[in-house]
Amino acid sequence: MVKKFPDQEGRFGEYGGKFVPETLMPALNDLEKEFNSAITNDAFNNELNYLLNTYVGRPTPLTYAKNLSKRIGCKIYLKREDLCHTGAHKINAALAQALLVKRMGKKRIVAETGAGQHGVATATACALLGIQAVIYMGSKDYERQKINVARMKLLGAKVEQVNSGSMTLKDAINEAIRDWVTNVDNTHYLIGSVVGPHPYPEMVRHFQSIIGDEVKEQIKEYEGKLPDYILACVGGGSNAMGIFYPFINEKDTNLIGIEAAGEGIDKSHAATLSAGTLGILHGAKSLVLQNQDGQIEEAHSISAGLDYPGVGPEHAWLKDTKRTTYFSVTDEQALAGVELLANTEGIIPALETAHAIGYLEELSKEIKSDSVLVLNVSGRGDKDMDIIAKRLNFFTN
Amino acid sequence: MTNRIDILFNELSLNNETAVIPFVPISWPSPNQTEEIVEEALNAGAHAIELGVPFSDPLADGATNQLAYQEALKNGANMQELFKIVNNLRNKNVNKPIIAFSYFNPIHSYGLKNFASKAKEVGLDGVIVVDLPPEESEMFSKLCINNDLHQIFLLAPTSTDIRIRNVTEQASGFIYCVSVSGTTGVRENFSQDLIHFVEKIKQHTEVPIVIGFGISSKQHIEFVSKIANGAVVGSAFVESIRANQEGDQYRKITEFIQNLVEVNNE
Ligand SMILES: Cc1ncc(COP(=O)(O)O)c(C=O)c1O
Repeated sequence: MVKKFPDQEGRFGEYGGKFVPETLMPALNDLEKEFNSAITNDAFNNELNYLLNTYVGRPTPLTYAKNLSKRIGCKIYLKREDLCHTGAHKINAALAQALLVKRMGKKRIVAETGAGQHGVATATACALLGIQAVIYMGSKDYERQKINVARMKLLGAKVEQVNSGSMTLKDAINEAIRDWVTNVDNTHYLIGSVVGPHPYPEMVRHFQSIIGDEVKEQIKEYEGKLPDYILACVGGGSNAMGIFYPFINEKDTNLIGIEAAGEGIDKSHAATLSAGTLGILHGAKSLVLQNQDGQIEEAHSISAGLDYPGVGPEHAWLKDTKRTTYFSVTDEQALAGVELLANTEGIIPALETAHAIGYLEELSKEIKSDSVLVLNVSGRGDKDMDIIAKRLNFFTN
Repeated sequence: MTNRIDILFNELSLNNETAVIPFVPISWPSPNQTEEIVEEALNAGAHAIELGVPFSDPLADGATNQLAYQEALKNGANMQELFKIVNNLRNKNVNKPIIAFSYFNPIHSYGLKNFASKAKEVGLDGVIVVDLPPEESEMFSKLCINNDLHQIFLLAPTSTDIRIRNVTEQASGFIYCVSVSGTTGVRENFSQDLIHFVEKIKQHTEVPIVIGFGISSKQHIEFVSKIANGAVVGSAFVESIRANQEGDQYRKITEFIQNLVEVNNE
């Protein structure tokens, strides 16, 4: 029998678990029960599927990237999560969790956001379902993803700037958890990735797995076989888990995650799976970037959504068991990735996604010409146009 | 009975007194001040001391402690420093209970086994790991028991009956009863719910109950003295130290503690 992961305690091997203050333990246990009952409930699933189809725009297309394929030397398909309502995969899990919250009768949602995509997705779901949304965002990210801040505000969410620590995603999560501890009776914490204490990694994976489920159907139709490679960027790891998970037992499909190497893996970066060590952050045991005293280090990436010194526990475990492999791509390579996809296919990807694209050149050295590769385009790049325009010197004479 | 925490609560219950336990992060406000602060507070009548080993991401703490941790980390606070401080205090014949407070990652990084054996070696009496619930602490609990170190578990107003039963069954030293749903930080008032909550815990256990989070005044200690065995005074003590860094700061510490422990003379 295939063992189920996570196990009863919410562990993936030695990773995962529930490392939170006592105040939150009952809420996590309740959430676990609610989640398990909701996903086997027809009414819940029907409502979710209805919204995914008619509101989010699912299924998203699988686009054959003809020009890019020629350039790299294999058959490349793009899973178009950038075409989801709000512009990224984040809406899949945000909408599903918001429906769960409605079912649980809670009236208020807090969430963290890095790139702002999860914040926008949460604000959107809350506007639709009539739930109050409070979004925590590090002030560094608030600055670099201003368009998304404006979107969240327009959608009626309260956006709280977080000035502690590195002023990025990690600190936004701390602050969201502090709010949750204080208001746990009426508030749900809507986590945006496969991170945090059990049941979040399992729950977010479940709601994002629709990406991989669709790919499985679509690729069979186009190619009559499963892909040889699946490529996704990894911040906390939700778009990657979403596209990987339905293929976990398909051993002929190589699953590759790409992290942010920032200015270089020997300098400042966010490549937790490649360079992290065992630790406990935000409620789970996983790999983290930390110093010798167990203090968490600041991550760095040009992309706010990957700028995080932790990673989902399941990825750490999949890496140990060698089911998946992880590589990292620098800020510069990611920018080249944005240009490559824009020029060859007319698609402007998010800077997060651009890391996966930035790895194609490296992969082209070993890949066979008849290999089929699916790349998860986790989001679109509108939110990043300021940074991209600056870095590519569009407005200097 | 060798653990100083057990001895303390035994004595206090005979005299019907309430433990006042101040909390301060190590290496704060300046790098080498902790021993003097501890001695001053204990000489002024504090019954035990809780020493915080800072963590970069203290999600159970409010703004006051967050800032102090950041400064303490810049001052070089770490586990080695904690053990050095406890060792020095014991060498100076400080004999009241010393309890460490931290998050799990710094302890995990130091090594669970190393932590427990070093604690015994230097004379640490208890440890509170705020993000390590009983479900996750099987191995650490064993190591603590084997090294005569009390692992202090927490209960919160949200704890269910089943959790209260499980935690009280494993409890040693005392139970840290969190006064409110929330983070650390000074608060004005406590709700009547706290009384019911403490009563509920008492139905399950004889282990002493110490209330923490938000305790800041003599009135609070008076309130605690009616329902529990002790109080941790955290953010309020930290704020007081911060406010009195200029001038005669040690006299201010003495005044702060004396005011609180007076409750036992009334
Ligand atoms: C477009 C996009 N892709 C990827 C990510 C990274 O998150 P994850 O690794 O959970 O997919 C983000 C996060 O904000 C994002 O906005």
